[in-house]
Amino acid sequence: MPMSTVEPKVQQQPVEITAVPEQKPQELHYVRFTVLNRTLHVTMMLSFIVLALTGLSLKFSYAAWSVKLSHLFGGFQTAGIMHRLAASVMFLTFGAHLWDIMRIKRHERWSWRDLLFGPNSMMFTLQDVREFFATIKWFVGAGPRPRYGRWTYWEKFDYFAVFWGMFAIGFTGLMLWFPIFFTRLLPGSLLNVATIVHSDEALLAVGFIFTIHFFNTHLRPEKFPMDTTVFSGQMSLTELKRDKPREYEQLVASGELKQHLAEPQPAVVIKAYKVFGWIVLTIGLTVVILIAYAMLFAHV
Amino acid sequence: MPVKEARRNQGRSRIVRAALLLAGLTCLLAPHGWAAQASDASDTCLACHGEKDLTTKHGNKTVSLFVDGKHFAKSVHAALSCTGCHSDLEGKDIPHPTPAKVNCSTCHIEEQGHYEKSAHGKASAHGNQRAPACVSCHGNHDIVPVKDAHSAVSRRNAASLCTTCHNQGQAALKNAKLSPHDVSKNYPDTIHGEGLAKRGLTLGPTCISCHKAHDVMSPGDAHSSTGRARIMSACGQCHSHLEVVHQKVIRAEVWKNKSTIPACLDCHQPHPARQEAYGDERADTKCLSCHNNPDLKSRDGHSMFVNVVDLGSSRHAKLTCNDCHSDIMPSHAQGGKTVAGKVDCASCHADPGQRYQHSIHGQLLARGDANAPSCADCHGTHHVMGKQQPESPTFASNVPDLCARCHREGEKAAMRYHGAEHQIIGRYSESIHGKGLLKSGLTVTATCTSCHTPHSELPASDPASTVNPKNVPSTCGTCHHGIEEKFSHSVHSASVTQTDKRLPVCSDCHTAHSIQRADQDRFKLEIMNTCGQCHSEVAATYFDTYHGKVSRLGYTTIAKCYDCHGSHEIRKVRDPQSTLSSANRVATCQKCHAGANANFAGYLAHATHHDRKKYPLVFWSFWAMTGLLVGVFVFGGIHTFMWLPRSWRLRQELKAEEMAEKIKDAARTPEAPDSSSPREEP
Repeated sequence: MPMSTVEPKVQQQPVEITAVPEQKPQELHYVRFTVLNRTLHVTMMLSFIVLALTGLSLKFSYAAWSVKLSHLFGGFQTAGIMHRLAASVMFLTFGAHLWDIMRIKRHERWSWRDLLFGPNSMMFTLQDVREFFATIKWFVGAGPRPRYGRWTYWEKFDYFAVFWGMFAIGFTGLMLWFPIFFTRLLPGSLLNVATIVHSDEALLAVGFIFTIHFFNTHLRPEKFPMDTTVFSGQMSLTELKRDKPREYEQLVASGELKQHLAEPQPAVVIKAYKVFGWIVLTIGLTVVILIAYAMLFAHV
Repeated sequence: MPVKEARRNQGRSRIVRAALLLAGLTCLLAPHGWAAQASDASDTCLACHGEKDLTTKHGNKTVSLFVDGKHFAKSVHAALSCTGCHSDLEGKDIPHPTPAKVNCSTCHIEEQGHYEKSAHGKASAHGNQRAPACVSCHGNHDIVPVKDAHSAVSRRNAASLCTTCHNQGQAALKNAKLSPHDVSKNYPDTIHGEGLAKRGLTLGPTCISCHKAHDVMSPGDAHSSTGRARIMSACGQCHSHLEVVHQKVIRAEVWKNKSTIPACLDCHQPHPARQEAYGDERADTKCLSCHNNPDLKSRDGHSMFVNVVDLGSSRHAKLTCNDCHSDIMPSHAQGGKTVAGKVDCASCHADPGQRYQHSIHGQLLARGDANAPSCADCHGTHHVMGKQQPESPTFASNVPDLCARCHREGEKAAMRYHGAEHQIIGRYSESIHGKGLLKSGLTVTATCTSCHTPHSELPASDPASTVNPKNVPSTCGTCHHGIEEKFSHSVHSASVTQTDKRLPVCSDCHTAHSIQRADQDRFKLEIMNTCGQCHSEVAATYFDTYHGKVSRLGYTTIAKCYDCHGSHEIRKVRDPQSTLSSANRVATCQKCHAGANANFAGYLAHATHHDRKKYPLVFWSFWAMTGLLVGVFVFGGIHTFMWLPRSWRLRQELKAEEMAEKIKDAARTPEAPDSSSPREEP
């Protein structure tokens, strides 16, 4: 079912290469993400941060920082309201993304099969398995760097982690939000199970996003300090050639590349993205440290 | 017919006469028969107990079991057999078991009633080993009629009997802190004693004439025959027409108002009573002629000034000096010269005095401890006031300060204390009781003495102490009666749970001196730890749930132990009356979760993933999730760390490329400084 972000049409104004003014030589950038994709990523980030902070203050209530955090939010009731609001935002983000996929499907007149197993689908394919083993070989110096396509296997993993999390955390969260409703049918002890699933799955999400996802996309040395593609939606052609050679070749072969080029965004905007990105990164890394501290030292 | 009738009547009267005769003979002979029987039975006993060397061992002590048969035969009880008193030995084979103490009240019911009300009886009931019992005065096997000159309690011997104890220097007396002056020495010098001892007048009054025999009471007792209220009738037994006799010395108008008539003892000292007339001055006037001088000092330098104003406004305003300073001799030119000992308040205030002796304060004083407080240390001396008077140091709101004199941190009593209760005065002042008393001015609030009692204070470790854990519920229950009643049904009450472990009492949850309002946050948050001190495992699992976690964050509007289990009336969950019994559980959840049903109530409020047997679902959910977490992080971690060196090399390569680009640009720049050729995209 999931599939994403092949722009139906170029969002930014298509730029005629010949029309580039003489004085300002600009290397055109490849547009990887639509405005909606970028917006949804930002709303998800913000709601995720709020969910993480309000939720963790409860999960690690035995740590001193939790008590401070909880009071910072204005008490557990307020934190609870914020948690539910942020959850609603995340549900909406998720819904918007599903709606987006269905819109593309309709627009492109894709069948379900096209959607799920088309060339740019987010679904894992045999190609991903091959690339995974090729990557491991590359890691140990036994082969060249694989020629990745539009979506690498770790990007697909991240994507599905959110998908799975939406169901695991989202559903258990609703159970805990409306316990009276759910226990009309389910036994009360499932609320205990829901608590464990909700909180541990959330710990997994938080831990994964703030360490492995951060490393994979921003902190690995070649990208450090930050890859702004997810905010600007753009990447340079050099980058595209280097990181997604197979996609580049496909685009060139189909002659569609030109449709996906746009003028780079002003330096100041990129800088703003970086500042914003780093604020979130800092919060995320701090949370990781606090969790580690709570789990290792503060447990009673 | 009449003849027949007469004969029949004759026959009937003959039968009646014979019956009467028989009855008369029976009456006459029977006692002799019984006595014979009794002495027969006694002979059986005396066969052994008549031996002078018959002894037994009571612990380490050798006790003689000899009964003098001759004395017994002369005693008032000779008619009774041994088992008449030692009734528990009736029908027992020899060697018989140790008999119980003889209970004289089986026959002497009235005397026993008097004895129980007397100072002796009360002391005995308090467990005073030296308190006299029946045998102490009357003896045992050799009791002779009171009128018999040999009787220990006869008029002739009574004085020497009483003074075996009431004698300065006697251990019993010293310990009991009875009258400070020496009765044994003084009585023979009195007009009464002189008559008996020196002139052989057995009609003169002895101890029991005034004090009574079985119902002897301290003069302070309202029912005492020698108390202020009744002394006149005691003296009046012999001294009639007191008014006439005293008209010379007591002005006529004084007699008109009953309340102004002085008590006999105001002028005539009881034991050193002499025949002197004292003039119309009462002792006070004479004493104060010297003691109203503010500069009057004793040889060792302490002030002997008596403030008349203080004395006049005191509780003892109506007493005379010698009522308390009982060894004053008003007849002497300087009556105070005879004062030897300290005032003994217990001579009037017998009950508080008795209690004080058993208290830790009294025990310390008996041991001669310099820190021990006496009556005067708390109540003052000449300015003594009732506890209802706001100026009194014993008035409710002054009590904490009074006790603080010794018990405040750093003071002498606090220094000796090695227990867990510290800063008691400060903590009390901040407690709900202290605030009620000191801030809200509620004099009905509990002060120190409400819990520790005013005169019987004992360390909590003493089983007789009101603050001993065993007694705490009833102590608190004197005010919090409803709670005590609820508590008595709870699983924490000793009446419900039989266990070797110590059960919690009020102070374990509420503390002793820092008691807070139970509806305030601090108490609500602390109570979880308090319950956890005993219920540690259950408390730990509580903190694993949402309720516990929110509580630990410091919020109180969430279910705590007592919200579900109840507080004072906690019962076992199995108990149908428990708030958590299957019948009540849903209603308990509904207190917070409106609309909760039985399924909802099935939520495991103490679920823990540590207990596989009890909570398998929770256990396996936890480990499944943990497995997932560990798996993902191990996989992701390894992937990342393997990536790191490759990515680093890539960065170096990129930098080198960038550098090469720059050099290329620099080489091109001088040729076409301003031209910027748009780079061709492939």
